[in-house]
Amino acid sequence: MSTATHTPQASSIQTEGTHISLHGVTKDYGLERPAVADVDLEIEGGEFVSFLGPSGSGKTTTLNMIAGLETVTRGTVSLDGVDVSHLPAYKRNLGMLFQNYALFPHMTVAQNVAYPLRERKVGRAEIKERVAAVLELVQLTGREAALPRQLSGGQQQRVALARSIVFNPRALLLDEPLGALDKNLRAALQLELRRIHREVGSTFVFVTHDQEEAMTLSDRIVLFREGGVEQVGTPEDLYQRPNTLFAARFLGDSNTFRVVPGADGVSYGDVSWAAVPDTVAPGVAGSQAAYVVVRPEHMELAQDGPVPTGAPSTRVRIQDVEFVGSFLRVVARSTDRDELITAKLSPGSATPEVGTEVDLWWRPESQRIVVP
Amino acid sequence: MATHTQNPAPRHTEEQGRPARRQKPVDAVPLWLKAVGVLVAIYLILPTLVVIPMSFSAGATFQFPPQEWSLRWYESFFTDERWLRALSNSLKVAVSVMVVATLVGTAAALGLSKSRGRWAEAVRSFLMLPLVAPGIVIAVVVYIAYLNWQMVGSFWGYLLIHTAMALPFVLVSVTASLSGFDANLLRAASSLGANPLRAFWRVQLPLILPGVLSGAVFAFVTSLDEVVVALFIRSPLFETLPVRMFNSVTIEIDPTVAAASSILVVLATLFILTPQLFRLVRRKK
Repeated sequence: MSTATHTPQASSIQTEGTHISLHGVTKDYGLERPAVADVDLEIEGGEFVSFLGPSGSGKTTTLNMIAGLETVTRGTVSLDGVDVSHLPAYKRNLGMLFQNYALFPHMTVAQNVAYPLRERKVGRAEIKERVAAVLELVQLTGREAALPRQLSGGQQQRVALARSIVFNPRALLLDEPLGALDKNLRAALQLELRRIHREVGSTFVFVTHDQEEAMTLSDRIVLFREGGVEQVGTPEDLYQRPNTLFAARFLGDSNTFRVVPGADGVSYGDVSWAAVPDTVAPGVAGSQAAYVVVRPEHMELAQDGPVPTGAPSTRVRIQDVEFVGSFLRVVARSTDRDELITAKLSPGSATPEVGTEVDLWWRPESQRIVVP
Repeated sequence: MATHTQNPAPRHTEEQGRPARRQKPVDAVPLWLKAVGVLVAIYLILPTLVVIPMSFSAGATFQFPPQEWSLRWYESFFTDERWLRALSNSLKVAVSVMVVATLVGTAAALGLSKSRGRWAEAVRSFLMLPLVAPGIVIAVVVYIAYLNWQMVGSFWGYLLIHTAMALPFVLVSVTASLSGFDANLLRAASSLGANPLRAFWRVQLPLILPGVLSGAVFAFVTSLDEVVVALFIRSPLFETLPVRMFNSVTIEIDPTVAAASSILVVLATLFILTPQLFRLVRRKK
């Protein structure tokens, strides 16, 4: 009858992202330390934020408290300024993606995706239209009648994704959704998540223990450690300007030297290294001990000449040299401290001999001085 | 052939995530095991193979094999009011027991699956008691109690004790199906907007339904077959089919009992087979 044929479009499932804020959020199971302690966090609307940390660091528990699948012991969770701390999950209108997909095995793909709409008493015609639109978004058009067990892991997770965004949730919470997939599939789905985040425009909170995944996907990373937030920042912030030894070691490779902070620099054994103000993390000034962090790609080899004046350096014996295509990986052991040091040298540089003693140096502005 | 046996493909990380492939082929059942199975099955159904032909005999006494065939004992069964009342009493009790025991047993299994600790274990053992207590002990205790409560020979008396005796079967079968249920599905349902009741109804119940149904079937059959307690708490006003049969054999020696047995066997068998048929039809779809 109607002449207007409706073409499903991604725009029909677009939302503005919700602002999520946590104040003093704590989860205490009565064990020796709380699972999550006093987390304060502001997540902007439409932001893609990753919760990164080792297992047991409280990132999933925090996500579950945002979702309402876990009660808060203390503190408040607010969505767009409204306190939802004591609202059950089914009233929060947040989408959630689980590591094991959690698809309903007795329902077809279409029924799974329609589930949240049926719970919301959406009309039959509209359900059909929105299911079609979202399946197109996750590129599963044509698989409506399949049962979850007939799909591959990647397809199943895409059905779960479709199901968790079809009802225009205020935000999407992702609990290690790619953890169970193999490497290639993971990379493909990461791209897809980025695309869907752009197209849907909703707030995404993504839990992962994979630092690379967190770096490539997120606008900002929240680094968790032992139930608390260690550092929050953009991936670049966290990589270039870690505030603690934990952050420096968790994101990317790093060489670390234990030093004693002084008035205008740090001392490493009986040598002093100058400290460029920008490179000193907060908290170092009053601290007894500190660490100098140098990324392997910032290490230079002093082979043809002396170490430039003012540049910090350490004497090492070369242990191993690998050609990795885009760079030379040099593994060395410092002669005085017996510490393992790695350097990534540009492929043009002369290959050092294994067993020789050389100086490795770096620019003071490329180091970072952090608290333990 | 040789290449086939070389690599027992160790599970590597690249396999991760994909649903684990079942590599073990289903072992063929050895012939001797099949033979033993057939022997046991014959042993178990032998009485039935005697009773059913006997019920079609034309003779006035028990005859096997029957010399002449007739439906006279069925006629006698379906025209005698005492037999019919006994059958209808049995069905009424069995259906009621099935409904009550399934509801209570499923609720208990759900509750106990969520609780841990000594208390939950104690409750579970308590509910399983009727399975291990000797029937005669239950019968005597229930008889004495019913005498005091004036429940001997009443529908409610049968319902109460048969439900208690059927409960363990429901509890066991629902608990088994719950152990294969992924609790994450309820969390997912909740995140998708389903309140706990809706999540149970739309997600959990359909998935544990086979366990619930087979529990229900066992509850029905338990009540339909039960004779020891029924003998104690019977009254001339209310007796179930097994009781009527027992009296018929011990007091009257009436071949109608063969017809009654056949009817009971067919009823019970139909009920046990229903879920299997159900599953078969579903698989074909």
